[in-house]
Amino acid sequence: MHIPDGFLSTGTWVSTWLISIGGISYCLKKTTQILKDRMIPLMGVMSAFIFAGQMLNFPVIGGTSGHLLGGVLASVLLGPYAAAVVLTCVLTVQCLIFQDGGLTALGANILNMSLIATIGGYFIYKAIAKIGGKKKGIIPAVFVAAWFSVVLSAISCAIELAISGTSPLKIVLAVMAGVHALIGIGEGIITSLVIGFVQKVRPDLIYTLEKN
Amino acid sequence: MNKKDIFLGLIIAVSLALLISPFVSPWPDGLEKVAGDKGFAAKATNTGFTAPIRDYLWPGFKNEKLATSLAGAVGTLFVFTVGYALALLLRKKNK
Repeated sequence: MHIPDGFLSTGTWVSTWLISIGGISYCLKKTTQILKDRMIPLMGVMSAFIFAGQMLNFPVIGGTSGHLLGGVLASVLLGPYAAAVVLTCVLTVQCLIFQDGGLTALGANILNMSLIATIGGYFIYKAIAKIGGKKKGIIPAVFVAAWFSVVLSAISCAIELAISGTSPLKIVLAVMAGVHALIGIGEGIITSLVIGFVQKVRPDLIYTLEKN
Repeated sequence: MNKKDIFLGLIIAVSLALLISPFVSPWPDGLEKVAGDKGFAAKATNTGFTAPIRDYLWPGFKNEKLATSLAGAVGTLFVFTVGYALALLLRKKNK
């Protein structure tokens, strides 16, 4: 879902850049406050994981592929703010080194994937995990939150495209949400499997819900 | 996370990029597909900025699978370093 240059109007890319700079500054501040020594290497490893995961396109339907976004995966392990910082690192490297996602559109991509998918996804995960309680465990919450993270990110992307006059809202919103509702199932499966694995081998790596 | 965990995590991530990325679905992703179907794909422009490793293909390789593999592995290690270094920097600020 990396928006290239040219899809967004000047007004849209400038404003999404400003929102993202504000959002990420806040995340950096919060991360600095809560960062524990043991989280430092995890931030590196999660960055590596998400970068690699985003290269692995899986087929969905009608000649379309999807790949991991990783926002919920990162936030379940690192909490919402450090996870948003990790996603921003990944998006910035992808843009500057691999030309994946436009330079002007990087602000919008950070807004959609680091802020909306990662932080939004985290709070959905947290809310569902609390309703489910200890008995049901966190995996159903992880799955649903991962699905929502991709769909919400796609909706935000569609709105940006519509505001930019690139495609009419009612068309782009329906198709972006529709195709990402399918990709989101893949996100849910991958995220649940990885978190399930971590829970088995290193449950201490999962970010404690009570902290935020 | 101790050194063993970091090493293990990195091995898994690098292996995914090195061994699987050349063989993934070549189909366009959600946004690319929508842009193609709804007729705005051609609006993509180049700002004049050229990244060193475009499209996840290591330059100078004839074999695309090898070029993808190498770009993926190097990128994974690079982004690990960036994430780790930034975390260290933030930790320092708090001390």
